Amino acid sequence: MSADGDVAVLGVADHRRGELRDVSFELVTACRELADAVGGELHLAVVAGDVERFAEMLDVEGVDAVHTVDEGEEFNHDLYAAATAALVEELDPTALVMPNSVNGLDYAPAVANALDLPLVSDAVGLSYDGGLEATREMYGSKVETTVAVDEEPFAVTVRGGEWPPTDAPGEAEIRPFAFDADESAFPSRVLGFEEVGGGDVDIADAEFLVSIGRGIEEEENLDLIYDLVEATGATLSSSRPLVDNGWLDPARQVGQSGKQVTPDVYLAIGISGAVQHVAGMKGSETIIAVNDDPNAPIFDIADYGVVGDLFEVVPALIEQFE
Amino acid sequence: MKILVTVKEVASAADDFEIEGTDIDERYLEYDLNEWDDYAVEAGVRIAEATDDAEVVSATIGPERADETVRMALAKGVDRAVRVWDDDIAAAELDVAAKTRLLAAVAAEEEPDLILTGVQASDDGYGATGVSLADELGFGWAAVVNQLDLDDDLTTASVHRELEGGVEELTEVDLPAVFTIQTGINEPRYASLRGIRQAQSKEIAVRGLADLGLDAGAVDSPVRRTGMTEPETQSDATYFDGDADEQASRVAEVLRDRGVVGE
Ligand SMILES: Cc1cc2nc3c(=O)[nH]c(=O)nc-3n(C[C@H](O)[C@H](O)[C@H](O)COP(=O)(O)OP(=O)(O)OC[C@H]3O[C@@H](n4cnc5c(N)ncnc54)[C@H](O)[C@@H]3O)c2cc1C
Repeated sequence: MSADGDVAVLGVADHRRGELRDVSFELVTACRELADAVGGELHLAVVAGDVERFAEMLDVEGVDAVHTVDEGEEFNHDLYAAATAALVEELDPTALVMPNSVNGLDYAPAVANALDLPLVSDAVGLSYDGGLEATREMYGSKVETTVAVDEEPFAVTVRGGEWPPTDAPGEAEIRPFAFDADESAFPSRVLGFEEVGGGDVDIADAEFLVSIGRGIEEEENLDLIYDLVEATGATLSSSRPLVDNGWLDPARQVGQSGKQVTPDVYLAIGISGAVQHVAGMKGSETIIAVNDDPNAPIFDIADYGVVGDLFEVVPALIEQFE
Repeated sequence: MKILVTVKEVASAADDFEIEGTDIDERYLEYDLNEWDDYAVEAGVRIAEATDDAEVVSATIGPERADETVRMALAKGVDRAVRVWDDDIAAAELDVAAKTRLLAAVAAEEEPDLILTGVQASDDGYGATGVSLADELGFGWAAVVNQLDLDDDLTTASVHRELEGGVEELTEVDLPAVFTIQTGINEPRYASLRGIRQAQSKEIAVRGLADLGLDAGAVDSPVRRTGMTEPETQSDATYFDGDADEQASRVAEVLRDRGVVGE
């Protein structure tokens, strides 16, 4: 395939500590669909680290070219923002697509602002018919909105896990992009990484998790959940706010910034089902949700739903095992 | 040292709600201080408490109703507040770029050394304004910060950025800078009665476009919301009806059936 037509979409890959992240391959799928709708080529950019190896892995079906920026070892937002902006200026794409990962949050808005591109973040769907129409969620995933963009070019960031990955081998052209970064002038320096959330419990190993959310309201009320855990022999896990409040150890947090779990049974109690929580537990074999809000998004991924007050349901459940 | 904290009044939907046009019908919305901004306020106030001659100013884009939220920030230790609003702003739909221009104009007047925002607003969840603002001002920045330490001469900050999967990135950023603050970075205080009383006499300066040296074009926004729907439930969940005892017995049945409880 030769890449010399109009560039419809430039997508930027996400990698960390030597590994391309899954969202990179999902982003290819989203970008290819968009490029077809716009009518033009799909180019990718990969910045920092072992870019040649990454580029070979990113050479998947539907990608016309991969531009490599061989500067720096790891993600640094100043580098990413500058390199991405330079590539947009060089390639003049209709759409710039970046991941809505934590690193995406750290550079995508800066690139959009620097280039004066309208930005739609955290898109879960993209369509194009003479203009972009993106789908995104609002109000903690309770509603879906459509958002139209009246200008081109535009920038979007896409949510992970919403598009299937593209893995089939491709025939992209790999092009080193000559970009001189004056790293000494960057106002930020990435010094290293730290692993957190260790601890003496490994919720990822449990076959039955009782997981508690903000619906518990008060720290004292946790006794009720401890009783349930004891009666059933389950392992206790939680959503983020309980850890933020210091009520539970970070090792118990399920979700994007906590642990990924895949137990046989995940019993979610008083958890709304925010996207960052669901990211950590949607692979569970059986999901049971207890929530007093019938519209809580957790029910969308549950196998069994109990619409009810946890302060009534949990004591009744404890009784079942006494 | 001056710290600017952006504070948004966010809406959340009642359990049962109706959609009116492209938003949830006002009758089903409740307003509150954005959860992430609560942590940003606390971070700002703590830095000010530990620093001589520090002032914390909050900046809000929002209608008069938002004063209630702003007062909450004032009661927690913010020294004074700016609320940006006028008829042109009220009539506009503000995208990230428009919010950036408004907040940048406030920052140009206040000349802060440090700007703290929440990672995202819990209602529309764009998660973009802080970093966009940093670029607009030519400041340094870091997004999703869950630890923030300033060096003694207040020229650089050492931050932890919370990445996915229990990994944090350790980064150094030169000031002035914008940090988007993640929940859990601290324990936000409750407003004391004294704080609430004091907040009543603190200033909330209302600034319109003209006050900020902007024209109506500043709120032009090419990003428009065109629809809102309650997603067709993708749920194929089996619901357990009945009273709590009946529901509990069905749940227990599933647990036994899956073999994750004894007997
Ligand atoms: C960068 C980033 C990373 C994040 N990482 C994570 C993560 O790793 N893990 C995580 O969990 N979150 C994470 N979050 C936070 C996430 O967005 C949500 O804020 C969080 O998951 C909400 O937790 P919750 O469901 O317990 O609380 P809420 O959303 O407040 O939900 C509480 C639920 O309890 C229900 N309820 C209330 N009372 C009762 C009752 N009496 N009986 C029954 N039900 C009741 C309510 O209807 C509601 O649905 C992250 C956010 C960001 C921005």
